[in-house]
Amino acid sequence: MVQLKVNGAEQSFNGEPEMPLLWYLRDILGLTGSKFGCGVGLCGACTVHVNGQATRSCVTLMRDTAGKEVTTIEGLEKNGLHPVQKAWMQINVPQCGYCQVGQIMQAAAFLNTKKKPTDHEIDDAMSGNICRCGTYQRIRAAIKAAAEEMA
Amino acid sequence: MSAIENVSRRRFIAGGVVATGALVLGVRYYPKLSSRDKLPHDTNADHATLHPSVYLGIDPDGTVWIVASRSEMGTTSRTTLPLVVADELDADWKRVRIEQAIGDKRYGDQNTDGSHSIRSYYDAMRDAGATARFMLIQAAAQEWGVPAAECETDLHVVVHRSTNRKAGYGELTKAAAKLPVPKTEELKLKPKSAWRYIGKGEVSCDLEGLVTGKAIYGMDSRANGMVYASVERPPVLGGKVKSYDDREALKVAGVRQIVPIDPFQAAPGFQPLGGIAVIADNTWAAFQGRKKLNISWDNGVNESYNSDQYKTELRETSHSPCKVVRNIGDTDAVFAKAGEKVHEADYYVPLLAHAAMEPLVALAEFKDGKATLWAPTQNPQAAQDIVSKELGIPKEDVICNVTLLGGGFGRKSKPDYVAEAAVLSKKTGRPVKAVWTREDDIKFDYYNAVASMYMKAALGPHGKPTAWLQRSVFPPIPSIFDVNAVYGDPGHLQQGWTDIPYDLPNLRVENGPAKAHVRIGWLRSVANIYHAFAIQCFTDELARAAGRDPLDYLLDLIGTPRTIDFTGVQYPNYGASMAAYPWETGRLRHVTEMVAEKSAWGKRKHGKGTGVGIAAHRSFLTYVATVVEVEVNDQGEVRIPRVDTVLDAGLVVNPEATRAQFEGAAVFGTSVVRSGEITATKGAINQSNFQDYPVARITEVPYQTNVHIVESNAPPAGVGEPGVPPFVAALCNAIFAATGKRVRDLPISKLGLS
Repeated sequence: MVQLKVNGAEQSFNGEPEMPLLWYLRDILGLTGSKFGCGVGLCGACTVHVNGQATRSCVTLMRDTAGKEVTTIEGLEKNGLHPVQKAWMQINVPQCGYCQVGQIMQAAAFLNTKKKPTDHEIDDAMSGNICRCGTYQRIRAAIKAAAEEMA
Repeated sequence: MSAIENVSRRRFIAGGVVATGALVLGVRYYPKLSSRDKLPHDTNADHATLHPSVYLGIDPDGTVWIVASRSEMGTTSRTTLPLVVADELDADWKRVRIEQAIGDKRYGDQNTDGSHSIRSYYDAMRDAGATARFMLIQAAAQEWGVPAAECETDLHVVVHRSTNRKAGYGELTKAAAKLPVPKTEELKLKPKSAWRYIGKGEVSCDLEGLVTGKAIYGMDSRANGMVYASVERPPVLGGKVKSYDDREALKVAGVRQIVPIDPFQAAPGFQPLGGIAVIADNTWAAFQGRKKLNISWDNGVNESYNSDQYKTELRETSHSPCKVVRNIGDTDAVFAKAGEKVHEADYYVPLLAHAAMEPLVALAEFKDGKATLWAPTQNPQAAQDIVSKELGIPKEDVICNVTLLGGGFGRKSKPDYVAEAAVLSKKTGRPVKAVWTREDDIKFDYYNAVASMYMKAALGPHGKPTAWLQRSVFPPIPSIFDVNAVYGDPGHLQQGWTDIPYDLPNLRVENGPAKAHVRIGWLRSVANIYHAFAIQCFTDELARAAGRDPLDYLLDLIGTPRTIDFTGVQYPNYGASMAAYPWETGRLRHVTEMVAEKSAWGKRKHGKGTGVGIAAHRSFLTYVATVVEVEVNDQGEVRIPRVDTVLDAGLVVNPEATRAQFEGAAVFGTSVVRSGEITATKGAINQSNFQDYPVARITEVPYQTNVHIVESNAPPAGVGEPGVPPFVAALCNAIFAATGKRVRDLPISKLGLS
């Protein structure tokens, strides 16, 4: 039995402790905002926050989430949109959009630690998140816009 | 009840069907449908009070329903085509509701591929909007007792200015629905000056869903009682299961059953590849069970395939005379005389995988002899076709719901993965979601063809070619339908090969045979990638050999503005008529000159390890020129600080979405150049995930891509694909400018730039 919090709600999990958090979120809780992209932590599409840290849920085992607070895109902002989401809309970042939830979760956690990031710091923070459509320059611009909004 | 007529009378059908087999047929239903049974799946538009077109319906509350019949994979076509309807209708975009169509031939071709959604459907969308506007005006005129000619529309209302009367669209629907649907000849399209949305664009109607995680992709589909499947497929194309042991797999918690899938009957087409499926309660359990399968394979004839050896074979083939697909003058006679002034080069591009961020996935439910599918597909009608064949049921009994696609790039127009889910649903008696891992997605792709190009030119005064020979050899896409197909078909040879746009006195274009050992398919830009790479980089080589500026030399070869004469050449022109879409070298010249100006070509200083490259190319009827700037440091690391690209795609409906496509094309092209390579050993694909098939990350891509759109009244052309080919060549030319190292083999990870 693993007990954890997901988007503020207490949950208990009785299944395989080796199951990655991603599949628990998607298949069992039905929270499909977090995406499956590679299964090995290489693309970042599955990024969620675990105790506030950007975390690849596809390689985070359920047994390691015991007592942790997990936040997914569905719980990122209780009221309306998070500044990062607003910036993503303002800059019109997404194309297919599949990776963007992971990008947004990564960016949101990053901006909690870095108030005025440089280009280099942004690229460094986002280098684990792949976008095959190639929206990177807009991602960079949106992070800057969000940083200003959050300042 | 319903009258069927061809709603595609105009320009876009004049040249016959497009390369993908499009035939634009629409059914006009009038009056409103009274029997739901007539259709496999009806839309709100079908049931709206006023319903003059399959694409459109208007309700008394003023809601405008517009059916998006093409798939949304990130190009914004799901928004942009309805925007054209809304413009011609003079509708308030805020009152438009977009509905995604299922696969249904009444919408015409739905294969969202080949960069032709806007081109092929622009007129149909305008007609749909104009038809409804015509009827609303008629209804208002009748009610007011004034001539229709005195009435006009404003945003979502019909107005009669002299009597200052006004009626909303919603309140007019009932009266309008009693009127006959006008003939196309009666329609009066809005003048350009009155356009509200065309040329201005709109953000994706899905934007908020995309940033909140609420958007539903194929991967997110669910059905009651659904189980999950993961399939172990034959590692070599055409392989079969010899024997298997599933005892350990069945012990995995959550695994329900093991189901074999028959191998395909040659040629593969869109059939499932066969193998052993693990059916489980959740995706993870299915993956785990699969790891415990013990399968012995009969690999079959393709076990002989090794990429290194195959490359050598392609190159050897390209060094001997091949099939001539276009000829001007007598190249041999010139080469015989040219002596030392001959320049030769071999170019090579390996197999490429699509690697869309959403791995392949489909949900299928077979019940009571009918199949319902939920699939991120570019081609729902092809999914209906293959599922009907695989399950032995009529196509009409296959409902294909189209979800959002997490990228497509051409892979998701090939519905083998949808058929696989349907077969498993029939075998298990439950709704099955078949989830491909990233490894499956990369190992069981329909790859962009591996290609070898041999280039030869004889050089005259000022280094200008007096004769030009080019041979390409690649396993062709038709090989997925005919195992004996070895030559490129006109549909792919047209892609930057038979249409080399240079003004040359002697030209020979050839294509050589190559047998496929993996599934070959179209990938964003397709054959244009390797053809433009060879031609545009060879051009740069010749410019350097002549000691000339590459821009000046390129313009010299493009020559004076003219229309290319394809007499005697099989040139399908991407399915468009040559009359509507002639090959105009003046437009290629214009984008080239413009990109030189925008990038300040020749005006910026480039220090050690830096350089710029240029390339120009027409594909999918769009003219593009690109300048790429690179910096290469002592460790051989390539940075791309800036890209300028100019496109002439005729009329551009959605400039913002178009810019995004070209920004993305530069990133896609970066992956091709840096690291794109799929190889096989003993017939099995070596790569598996992003560690060995890397795609470009934020740290590796162009820092800034500036996209410039040529203002044009020419008919609309493609924007999804045309950005990639010239970018690839321009980047490689820039690397030469920066390092003196010529890129002839992709990817550059093998080049050793340090």
